[in-house]
Amino acid sequence: MPGMRDMKPPQFDYVAPASVPEAVAVLAERGPESRVLAGGQSLLIELRYRTERPALVVDVNRIPGLSDIAVEDGSVHIGALVRHAQLEHARFGDPLAELFRQVAPYVAHPPIRARGTFAGSLAWAHPASEWCALAMALDAGIELDGPSGRRTVPAGSWFRGAFTTACLPEELVTGVRLPRPPAGAVVAFAEHRRTHGSFALAAALVMLRVSEGRVAWIRIGLANAADIPLRAVEAEHLMMGERPEPDLRAQAAARAAAEADPADEPHAPAAYRRHALATLVRRCLARAVENAGTP
Amino acid sequence: MNVELTVNGSTHRLDVEPRTSLADALRDGLKLTGTTLGCEHGVCGSCTVLVDGTAIRSCLVLAVQADGADVRTVEGLAGDGGPHPLQEAFAAEHALQCGFCTPGFLMLLAGALAEEPDLDHDERRMDEVLASNLCRCTGYAGIRRAAARAARRMRGDVAPGSRS
Ligand SMILES: Cc1cc2nc3c(=O)[nH]c(=O)nc-3n(C[C@H](O)[C@H](O)[C@H](O)COP(=O)(O)OP(=O)(O)OC[C@H]3O[C@@H](n4cnc5c(N)ncnc54)[C@H](O)[C@@H]3O)c2cc1C
Ligand code: FES
Ligand code: FES
Repeated sequence: MPGMRDMKPPQFDYVAPASVPEAVAVLAERGPESRVLAGGQSLLIELRYRTERPALVVDVNRIPGLSDIAVEDGSVHIGALVRHAQLEHARFGDPLAELFRQVAPYVAHPPIRARGTFAGSLAWAHPASEWCALAMALDAGIELDGPSGRRTVPAGSWFRGAFTTACLPEELVTGVRLPRPPAGAVVAFAEHRRTHGSFALAAALVMLRVSEGRVAWIRIGLANAADIPLRAVEAEHLMMGERPEPDLRAQAAARAAAEADPADEPHAPAAYRRHALATLVRRCLARAVENAGTP
Repeated sequence: MNVELTVNGSTHRLDVEPRTSLADALRDGLKLTGTTLGCEHGVCGSCTVLVDGTAIRSCLVLAVQADGADVRTVEGLAGDGGPHPLQEAFAAEHALQCGFCTPGFLMLLAGALAEEPDLDHDERRMDEVLASNLCRCTGYAGIRRAAARAARRMRGDVAPGSRS
C-alpha cells in the first residue's frame, strides 16, 4: 500500500474549457501530458495511486450540451457527461432503457453514480465494466473530436486491452451512439461480485427478440471475461433461428464461457470465472426467454 | 487557484492547489473537520458531503471543481432549533459507536431522503443507499432503523418530541 503522503495526488495544472473546440485546442497542444477529467471517479483514484501523473488535467464538466440522453429513430445518443445515475433513472420506453435500469445499480454506489459517466467508463476501459460490455454487445459507436476533426470508432475496435483504447491523447470522447435493439426485444443482466462495492467477478447481459417461437435477434455481452469486454458471437449463432429451449440455452451458455478468456484472480481462478460466466449467461437467457413470453 | 465555495450557507474564498480535493479544502482550508477521510479512494464514504444537494464523495472531487457550488457538510446539519432529525435518530437508535463513519452516513442520508422522502418504504433501495458507506462498528441495523425513524419524522408522520 502507498504511504499516507502518497494518498495525495502529484501536482498538476488545471483547465476547465467552456466548449468542445476549446478542449480540443488544449489537447492538441498538450494532449500527451494531459488527462481528461469527466466524473473523476476513476481518475482521482489513479492520481492518488500515482499510476497517472499528468502535467495538466482538462476538466470537461463545464462544457454545456454534453449531458443529454437523446432517443433517436434507430439509436440512443449518450453525451460524454451523462452520469451513471441518469441511466439508472432512464424512463424512455425502450428495451435499452430497461437494460440501463437493470445494469446501473451494479455500477458502484449512488454517490459515485451521481458523478461517474458512461463515456468515462468506456474511456477508462476497466475489463469488468458493465457499460463496456453493453457497448460491445450493441456495437456502439464512440464519437471523438480531435485536432484532425471528428471520427467514430466502433466498439469492436475501441477496446485494445485492459485500460487501453483507440482514443488518442489529443482526442476527446464527446458521446456514444448505441443502436437500439429491435422493438419487442427483451433484456436481462446478471452479475457475480463479492460485495456491493466490488467490481464484477463476471457479468453477462442478453438482449433478444423471439418471433414465432424462434430467436430472431440476439446479443450477448460479457464483462470481466477477458482483458476487454466481449460479445459472445458464437453463442449468439447457436441461438439464432432456433427455439430457445433450456437445452440449447445451456449449450449457448457453455459456448459463451468457452469464448471467454478470463485471467486468474486471487479470489477467482480462471476456471471458476468461466463456470460463473456460463451460469450467468444461462440465467440471463432463461430470464429473457421468460419475459419474451410465447408470441 | 482561487475558488469560491458556499459552505453551509456562508461563502468563502480559498486559494488551493488544483490537486486539493474538496475534502482537504474543507478540512485543512476551512477547518471543518467533521468530514472525515477514511480511505481517500472512494471506497468508504466517510467523506460524503452534499454538492448542490447531491451526496457525493468529497475525496473524489477537486476543490477547483466545486468553485461556485453550494456545499453542505455535517457541521451545517443542525439548525437553530437543535439537532437535525437524522442526528436525533442516530442517537436514539444507537446508529453509531466510534462515530468515524457518522458524518458520512448523515450526509448520505440527508441527500437520499431529500431525493426520496419515502426511502424507508423501499427496503432494497434503502440497503443500496446504506451499502454506499462503510461502518466497521455497528453492523448497520441501527443505521437502518435510524434512517427509517428520521424519514418518518421528516415527513411529519411522527409529532416532534414524541417517543416513537
Ligand atoms: C468504490 C468504487 C466502485 C466502483 N465500482 C464500479 C463498478 O462496479 N463497475 C464500473 O464499471 N465502474 C465502477 N467504478 C468506476 C466508476 O464507474 C467510474 O465512474 C468510471 O469508471 C469512470 O467514469 P468517470 O466519468 O468517473 O471518468 P474519470 O475518472 O473522469 O476518467 C477515467 C479515465 O477516462 C478518461 N476519460 C474520461 N472521460 C473522457 C472523455 N470524455 N474523453 C477522453 N477521455 C476521457 C480520463 O482521462 C481517465 O483516464 C467504481 C468506482 C469506485 C470509486
Ligand atoms: S475517504 Fe472518500 S470514500 Fe473514503
Ligand atoms: S461507528 Fe465506528 S465505523 Fe461506524
